[in-house]
Amino acid sequence: MQKYSFRYFKEKIAESILLLSSLFTSIAVIFIIIFLFKEGYGLFNEKPIEKGYNLSIHPSNKLNNLTAKQIKLIFDRNVTNWKDLGGDDRKINLLTIEKMTDIYTKKELGEGFEYLSLKINEYVIKDSGVVAFFAEQFLDANFKGKKVLIDDNKIKDFITDKEWYPTASPAAQFGTLSLIMGTLWVSLGAILFALPFGLSAAIFLAEVSNPKLRNILKPLIELLAGIPSVVYGFFGLVVIVPFIQQLFNLPVGETALAGSLVLGIMALPTIITISEDALRTTPQSLKEASLALGATRWQTILKVTIPYSISGITAAVMLGMGRAIGETMAVLMVTGNAAVIPTSFLQPIRTIPATIAAELGEAPAGGIHFKALFALGIILFLITLIINLTVEFIKISKKSPRL
Amino acid sequence: MNTKNSSKLLILLMVLTSIGCGSKKQQESLKIKGSDTCLPLTQKAAENYMKKNKEASIMVTGGGSGVGLAALLDGTTDVAMASRKMKMDEILQLKKTGNSEYKEITIANDAIAVIVNPSNKISKLTREQIEDIYTGKIDNWKDLGGDDIKIIAYSRESSSGTYEFFKEHVLNKKNFGPSMLLMPATGAIVQSVSQTEGAIGYVGVAYIENSIKALLISYDNGQSYIEPTIENAKSKLYPISRPLYYYYLTKSESLVKPFVDYLLSEEGQKIVVSEGYVPVK
Repeated sequence: MQKYSFRYFKEKIAESILLLSSLFTSIAVIFIIIFLFKEGYGLFNEKPIEKGYNLSIHPSNKLNNLTAKQIKLIFDRNVTNWKDLGGDDRKINLLTIEKMTDIYTKKELGEGFEYLSLKINEYVIKDSGVVAFFAEQFLDANFKGKKVLIDDNKIKDFITDKEWYPTASPAAQFGTLSLIMGTLWVSLGAILFALPFGLSAAIFLAEVSNPKLRNILKPLIELLAGIPSVVYGFFGLVVIVPFIQQLFNLPVGETALAGSLVLGIMALPTIITISEDALRTTPQSLKEASLALGATRWQTILKVTIPYSISGITAAVMLGMGRAIGETMAVLMVTGNAAVIPTSFLQPIRTIPATIAAELGEAPAGGIHFKALFALGIILFLITLIINLTVEFIKISKKSPRL
Repeated sequence: MNTKNSSKLLILLMVLTSIGCGSKKQQESLKIKGSDTCLPLTQKAAENYMKKNKEASIMVTGGGSGVGLAALLDGTTDVAMASRKMKMDEILQLKKTGNSEYKEITIANDAIAVIVNPSNKISKLTREQIEDIYTGKIDNWKDLGGDDIKIIAYSRESSSGTYEFFKEHVLNKKNFGPSMLLMPATGAIVQSVSQTEGAIGYVGVAYIENSIKALLISYDNGQSYIEPTIENAKSKLYPISRPLYYYYLTKSESLVKPFVDYLLSEEGQKIVVSEGYVPVK
């Protein structure tokens, strides 16, 4: 009796440990998601201009607010007259702190720059075409300039704008369209490459190969999944990139195609193992019935085995794509990372994971750039979430197909 | 199938970290963190310093200027290495913590060379020409007197201190054109420029090697072209050179000062030169 209760007690403990570990995993996942959304959403409550800085214009200037895009045009000197932005016909004159030290002498500004704010005020009033960018600590108490109103970052602009200049000064540009397109583009290429290879290999392993060969090939393919992605990236940079450059006679080898090839190779083990498992679940009776009707082996594979396991194969492809979309290191090294909207596979592109990995280390913690990277993380999360939901949906809809 | 495994792994990790935390108790060690540009130099100096002072313990980690300064703000490092000045954002955040007194020390200078593929005929450029290349106005070498090859401009990532510096001092604060290829590391730029015919890039002088060609640069509209060497940078003849900083809070001065003094001493500055940077004095 005592022995029995002790065993009962032991089993209860084991059960609760199992429960705890699964609870812990779920809580960790939920916590990460909440954290991601909290940090990322903060971007849309902030302005694209660095905190503690002031952008001001002459009080007589007709304009009241500028967008981040317009500010970039002004400071890149691509727009030099206010009338191009809807204002009066006046030349735009940029004023920064460094310029102040050229305009005024050290004596006028004071030994410790104590008259700097006074002089900024003086200059801004004097010059009707001025746009001044300076830290708020130099804002004079009776500053007469007009502070430019800048809108908060908008979700719509974040997704539809093309320009990604997260560190541009004075106003950062957070347009992620080219990054989203780049990510999807390189993943699409990877699937186009990996699907025929992966499916053929899976069919070979499941249906054609003899068991001996299969026992050698399968572990070898699974080994592919164990190679660190940096190694793939390095291989891509040193072997695939120059190869593509010579093959197509391109000015540069770091292209979407290079990324797709590397990602395709990385997605192969996922696609092969999962679709092989799916192919193997085809009931022996179905295949035998097909063969008994006089169908050849190939006809059986094409008309019976593949249609029966098509949902498993689709799931394999989607999971492989999920791996490709989230991959960081390998892509970072071979795609050139130029943030432009892709129009062909033979041009450099930039992906979301590569952007996050490359920029997070240098972004000031808690700043707008930092938050924009988290917002990129949300987009990536949503893309993979959609893919995973699709996989679940396909799995659920897997009822016995009509044959 | 994975949930159980990963939760086991997590528990294992937790146990391991708690063991790790338990065995940490030692004497007070100096923690230095930040810019990857300053990393090799600081590491070498720390090694030599610890060899001389047996009881000293210095931990150097990289991660980037932003990471280092963020760590300084939340108190997880004593010194932040930075290849750029502290931003207003960061100064304001530091003020919020109440310990706003900090010191900025220039430990070395880093000269940036503009490099091309060795097969390129061009061997010198003016600042204005480089600006036109990097803002996307010129995209063929023939416009600069070279062969008819498309220019492939390589840059560092937008968050790197080198990118910021190059934009400020070479591009006249204009933004890079959109078709720049952004590379995650200096080594990757060297590798890509060496294997791409029409490539141009920028790296620290420490990275100049035979597989790439460093250009002579003119900052006076082509009157005089200067070669990127440590001597020219030290004599201020070579124009593209930037300071590397250490930031620390004044309250941890007693802990930090001996090492900083060592780095600024004659012996320390010798390490600066041997690592390919430009000494302060």
